[in-house]
Amino acid sequence: MLGLNKKDALLFMIVALLVGIAPFLLNPFPEGSSLGQMFNAGYPDLMQRFVIFGILVIGFNILFGLTGYLSFGHAAFLGIGSYSAVWMFKLLGYNIVPAILLSVLVSGVFSLLIGFIALRRTGIYFSILTLAMAQMCFNLAYSVLGNPNSNFNLTNGETGLQVYGNDPQYLMSEGSREIPHLFGLAMRDSYQWEISGWLFTFNTGYYLSGIIMLVAFYLSIRIFRSPFGLMLRAIKSNKQRMNYTGLNARPYALAAFVISGMYAGLAGGLLSSMDPLAGAERMHWTASGEIVIMAILGGVGTLVGPILGSGFIEYFKNILSKINDSLLHQWLSWLPDGLEDGIVWVLHFFVGKGWQLTLGVLFMLVVIFLPGGLVEGGQRVGRLFRRKKGGADGASAKQPAE
Amino acid sequence: MDAIILQILNGLDKGSAYALIALGLTLIFGTLGVVNFAHGALFMLGAFCAVTVQRILSLSYSVLDETKKDFLGNPLKVDTHYIEAWFGPEIGASIIDWSVPLAILFSIPVMIAVGFIMERGLIKHFYKRPHADQILVTFGLAIVLQEIIKAYFGANPIPTPAPALFTGSFDFGVLIGFAENAITYPIWRLVYFIFALLVIAAVFAFLQFTTFGMVVRAGMADRETVGLLGINIDKRFTIMFAIAACVAGVAGVMYTPINSPNYHMGMDFLVLSFVVVVVGGMGSLPGAVLAGFMLGILEAFASMNEIKQFIPGIDQIIIYLVAIIILLTRPRGLMGRKGVMEE
Repeated sequence: MLGLNKKDALLFMIVALLVGIAPFLLNPFPEGSSLGQMFNAGYPDLMQRFVIFGILVIGFNILFGLTGYLSFGHAAFLGIGSYSAVWMFKLLGYNIVPAILLSVLVSGVFSLLIGFIALRRTGIYFSILTLAMAQMCFNLAYSVLGNPNSNFNLTNGETGLQVYGNDPQYLMSEGSREIPHLFGLAMRDSYQWEISGWLFTFNTGYYLSGIIMLVAFYLSIRIFRSPFGLMLRAIKSNKQRMNYTGLNARPYALAAFVISGMYAGLAGGLLSSMDPLAGAERMHWTASGEIVIMAILGGVGTLVGPILGSGFIEYFKNILSKINDSLLHQWLSWLPDGLEDGIVWVLHFFVGKGWQLTLGVLFMLVVIFLPGGLVEGGQRVGRLFRRKKGGADGASAKQPAE
Repeated sequence: MDAIILQILNGLDKGSAYALIALGLTLIFGTLGVVNFAHGALFMLGAFCAVTVQRILSLSYSVLDETKKDFLGNPLKVDTHYIEAWFGPEIGASIIDWSVPLAILFSIPVMIAVGFIMERGLIKHFYKRPHADQILVTFGLAIVLQEIIKAYFGANPIPTPAPALFTGSFDFGVLIGFAENAITYPIWRLVYFIFALLVIAAVFAFLQFTTFGMVVRAGMADRETVGLLGINIDKRFTIMFAIAACVAGVAGVMYTPINSPNYHMGMDFLVLSFVVVVVGGMGSLPGAVLAGFMLGILEAFASMNEIKQFIPGIDQIIIYLVAIIILLTRPRGLMGRKGVMEE
């Protein structure tokens, strides 16, 4: 189907189905119940982040998963995409089509430039170079190009770029809407469906981003299965041998870099389309680190890993930052008092404002014990059950990437 | 002329910090072949050793002083530092005043222990793993260390003043024949610079003139052969890791009076230190030191008003620009050797 083999088509259909029914899946508890306040994630803002970061990490995976080049500066392209989109809102109007097109284009140009320089080196040199260049972009956006008093204020510095009333917006006609929209379909419009206590929200922005993510996912499957993808894998497994066969690896790596940069720009443009505001903190290198964490957690080099990883992190970030001490006391009230206080004291550092600590610990555990991420974890569990049935399968150990 | 000398001086203290961190990074990289993204966190831990020592020294108890009355007529509560009660008020006060230099004594064993645990507990298992994994796991460790410090000490910078003797600035211009007040320079920054030079000299002397250092250098050149000669090179490399952690730690301790420590200071320095290492040449210790001072001074020059008028904001990006240019023209860095991290 669509040029996919049976297995990939099935995977694609499952992902599409999950994206379609996510508003139900993410709201398993009745509205207003205590469990619902805690674990429900079916509100538009968060669901949009799920799919948009999915796009970002799918793109990152095309670079890191296939070629093995670990870019530590991918957030720069996300930020560049966001800024370009907001500029389109400022200049042309609130239709998101030109905004997203420009953000993909501009981040493509930037990734071509940065990739051209960074890909002259491999390994950690490459990581450090991308890190340095992303940090340079961050500094440029944060202070140099964002001085509100100069005539050349591209990014509006600390405040972040946003649309003001006196912006030209040349394509705005009388009736057009004052919020980001797709030919009149506003991104923040939602249809809410209430049945016996349950509340399901169907948000335009989410479904648009979801469809775009499915397209991005489809493209990434095609890239993974194409001769081009095979060439990228060759770069990862042995670049020298590839050189000996007379192939120049750099154009392929550069193409992968630009593609993944454009994915990041697309994600940035979508983020701005959901909320027309772009700030430099999106480009900070800790944001790049978070992209890497998502990719690793899901499973690098696998098709569905990036979606799992980004969804997992966004979901738990949301839940962990909601938990506080009194809630912990409430949950653990069945324990003896002293023990309860002790456990709450320990857990206190991991929840609420300390969710980043949990993220860091989780990340370390995954890198140490489960380098293949959640996908590998799932495979291991699956293998465990298969072995119990008696099938001694000689699953060959995966060779680590050099 | 005096403006130029002033900028060179201004660049020295940041350059010292870059050089010290980059030296540690290069040591770890050269010995263990591991890229340590947690090295900035070690610098930060050192700085918080200074904060801890300051807090411990200024622990106090309150007594009710019957002779003094507050405005309601109740006896006044007077806080007395334990140190002052034990050693007498004058010596006690000067011990508190000297808390930052004293913190070095505290930080050395702490940082050696941290380095040792980190190497034996975590990094040892990553020798055979790809570089990407090493980067990732140390990056995760850096996040964890940073967040633990944030949870205990809060997110705000904590001021840790230098001893009163070293506060203020002195007139450097007079010493070399300029007019009075043409070049004034904070004393502590000079102390930091001299301290950095001493530490760097000590590390180089240790590697150059001791048998231990000779074995380590041999191990850096060819680990396998040294191992075949019956020398336990892993043990020595672990000690080198602890020394590198220690260098980063004391650099952090001494840096606290210049910039009040906060939990993300390590990360801020780390990115630039990586650039320094790459510019200096991966695996080259003199290159790391040279590039550290060079980039620090360059940054100071770029933040001169005359230059900023010409190219606004150049001070924010100069280091990265220079790094890109150097890597394009000399891909191995200033003093990099052939064959280091080429594959």
